[in-house]
This record gives sequence, C-alpha cells and structure tokens, in this order.
Amino acid sequence: MSVFWSVVRRDLEIAWAQGGGAGFTVIFFVITVTLFPFGVGPEPGVLARIAPGILWVAALLASMISLDRLFAADLEDGSFDHLLLLPEPLAVIVAAKCLAHWITTSLPLILVAPLLALMVNLEAEAFPVLILSLLIGTPAVTAIGAVGAALTAGIRRAGTLIALIVLPLAIPILIFGVAAVEAARMALDPAPHLMLLAGTGCFALVLGIAAAGAALKLAME
Amino acid sequence: MVRFANPAQFQRLSDMLLPWFAWATVILVPVGLYYALVNSPADYQQGETVRIMYLHVPAAWMALFTYTMMAVASAVSLIWKHPLADVAARAAAPLGAAFTALALITGMLWGEPMWGTWWVWDARLTSVLILFFLYLGYIALWDAIDNPATASRAAAILALVGFVNVPIIKFSVDWWNTLHQPASVLKMGGPAIHPDMLVPLFLMFALFKCYFVTVLLWRMKAELNRAKIRGLEAAVQAAAERREQAA
Repeated sequence: MSVFWSVVRRDLEIAWAQGGGAGFTVIFFVITVTLFPFGVGPEPGVLARIAPGILWVAALLASMISLDRLFAADLEDGSFDHLLLLPEPLAVIVAAKCLAHWITTSLPLILVAPLLALMVNLEAEAFPVLILSLLIGTPAVTAIGAVGAALTAGIRRAGTLIALIVLPLAIPILIFGVAAVEAARMALDPAPHLMLLAGTGCFALVLGIAAAGAALKLAME
Repeated sequence: MVRFANPAQFQRLSDMLLPWFAWATVILVPVGLYYALVNSPADYQQGETVRIMYLHVPAAWMALFTYTMMAVASAVSLIWKHPLADVAARAAAPLGAAFTALALITGMLWGEPMWGTWWVWDARLTSVLILFFLYLGYIALWDAIDNPATASRAAAILALVGFVNVPIIKFSVDWWNTLHQPASVLKMGGPAIHPDMLVPLFLMFALFKCYFVTVLLWRMKAELNRAKIRGLEAAVQAAAERREQAA
C-alpha cells in the first residue's frame, strides 16, 4: 500500500511542478460549455433542458485531453522500467497513476461544474446530483481512459486515437450520469440512476485497471 | 487447433477450402438475389420494401458474428500465443466494419419508408452504431502501431475489452431509450416468418457466410505472404550488410 501512495504522491508532485495540465482541462471544459449557448441560442428554457447533457458531454471530452500523457511520460524517460521492477502487481501502479490523474484533471473539473451549471441555467435542485454523478462517474472514465492510454503508450500523437477507442466504451457512464441529473431536474428520484452509474463504474474500474496493466506489461515485453 | 498453428498447414488447408467457398459465393449471389428480389412474396404491410430485409438481417447478423469471432481469436492469441489467431482477427476487422456499415445503411433505407425517418435513436440502431465505432477503433489501433507483435497484443486486448463492454452498452442504451421514447417495434409479416420468406433469407445468410469465409481466407493468406516478404527483405538486407562489413 505504501507503494500505491508514493506513486500517487510522486505523480501529484510532478503535475504540480509542471503545472498547466489541469488548467488546460478546465479551460477546455469551460470553453466547450460556453459554445453551447452560441450553438443552440441563449434561451434559458432550452439551455436548462439540455444542461445535464452539455455538462456531462463536455466533461467527458475534457477528460480525453491529457490522457495521452498518463503513461507516455514515464515510458519515455524510463521511470516506468523502475516501477515494473517493484514486487507490487502492475495494476496497483496503474490504479495509483489513475488516482493521481483523476485528482489533477477530473477533480478541478468537478469543482468548476457548479459555476457552469449556473450559467446554463440548470435547476438548483439538480446541483447536488450533478456533483455526485460526476464524482461517481469520472473515476470510471479515467479507468476506461487508462486502457486507451496504455494501448497507445508507444505511439506519437495518440490523442485522437485514444478518443476513438475510449469514447464508445464510455457511453454507458454518460447515459447513467445524465439520467441521474435529468431525474433530479424533473424532481424525480435520482437514486436508481446513481446506483446503476456506480455499478457500471465499479465494473469499469476493475476491468479498466486490469486491462491497462495487462496492456502495459505486454507493451514492455 | 494447435495443428493449424503451423502456417504451412494453414496454407494447405485454406488452399483446399478456398475454391469451395469461393464458388459457393459466386453461385449464391444470383440464386440468393433471385429468391430475395423476385421469387418471394411482397409483405402484406410493407409491400416490396420487405426485400431490404434479405440484405439487412444477414448483414446485421454477420456484424455481430464477426466481432465475436475477433474476440475469440484475440483471446486465443493472448492465451496460447497462437500465431494465426491475430492474423485472423486482423483480417476479419474490415469485413466486420463493412457488414456493420451495410446493416446501418440498409436499415436507414428501410426505415425511411417504414418509420418515415432515416434515423431514430432507437436502442438497436444506437448500439449497432457504437459497434461500428468499436470496429473503427480496432482497425485504427492496428494501423497506428508499427511493430506487428506489439500491435497484435494491443489490438487483442482492445477487442476483448470491447467484447465485454458490448452487452453493457446494449443494456444501457436499452434503458436510456425507454426513458425518452417508446421503442419502434419492427413487425415481421405475422407471428412467424412464412417459409416463402425464410428460404431467401436462409440463402442470403449462406451467401454472406461463404463470402466472409472466402475473403477472410484470402486476407489471411495475403497477410502471411506479406510477413514472409518482410522476413525475406530483412534477410536480404542483413546479408548485404554482412557483405559490406566483409569488404
């Protein structure tokens, strides 16, 4: 377990020292959401109707941005070879890197989400469910993204390819996440959707981290 | 199965099987199309448009079958390092993508006269569209990695992850759909398909299957020959370098 936390701390320190990465994700998220009022018109009713979809789709797209650096940096500078030498299974290291990645990219995104929800006129009752659905859903998106990042680790400019691989697999997360916020908007019970989201999310976490570990191991052979 | 791991064995077997499947395809094209387009009754509700079914249903069936085959081949390749398994999976992928595209396009052409719209975000349509994207991702991953050994492993893992996800996508899309709009139920012309329609449908199934096997074997042979040429080129180059060093 100490290996897990030291990898998390190391990745956080690197992200902190480099700066920028988390900032880009948040800026992309904000700009994407801002585009919608221009695209569909600034009418508050229309925006409120599609607000859960806008926020979730924008969050999903923003999560794709920095995925290509998840393993690539470590593979390039050789530090991944050292991580491989550890007695811990590769899945532990993958999970640690995913957690650090989630903290540096998805968490800031969740923090600005309420502000953007305000701007696209989402009903106040839906705010807690929006935050909750993003908190439950984005770790799963990171885990699915890790599979794409691991499979494309050796490829230059893999960003578009990662999106092509990961986005179709992330559709269930999107569906349940939006459904929960939608239910809260309509003053219905969002719990069933959140539970489905959590169930699918747990499955994605387990499968994604294991598959990403296997992909990295095979890539290193 | 291990016996066919030997490419030479495979070449012999495929040389033996190929003519049969190729000729079956050639014969089934006119026969199947004659039954499907001419010698079958028009539906009492759908009229002549029911004939789209004879392309649409086999294409959709093959789209799912091909992905299943790719997933099985990928598992075999990862577990037993079977050298022909990933050749088979790679060779099948563009075929599967083409079947999926055909199912989507014929579905749209059928939907316009029947439902009055080219496209609805119905659960069935949406999940087949996602299946199409999965094929594209798989093909793109193969093409993006230069080293064939790395590419085959990465593609095999992706195929398996996608295969596990397909049922989840299917169910989530089903539930998502029921929240927003009732499913558009496509009705066959009665409780069961009449034999007059079942015969052309079966012939078209057989045609698609034979076509698939024929092209798959062709593509696998081509891939094996390509690997052989790559090996020869590398050997020639190595020999030239040795000669240069000796001189």
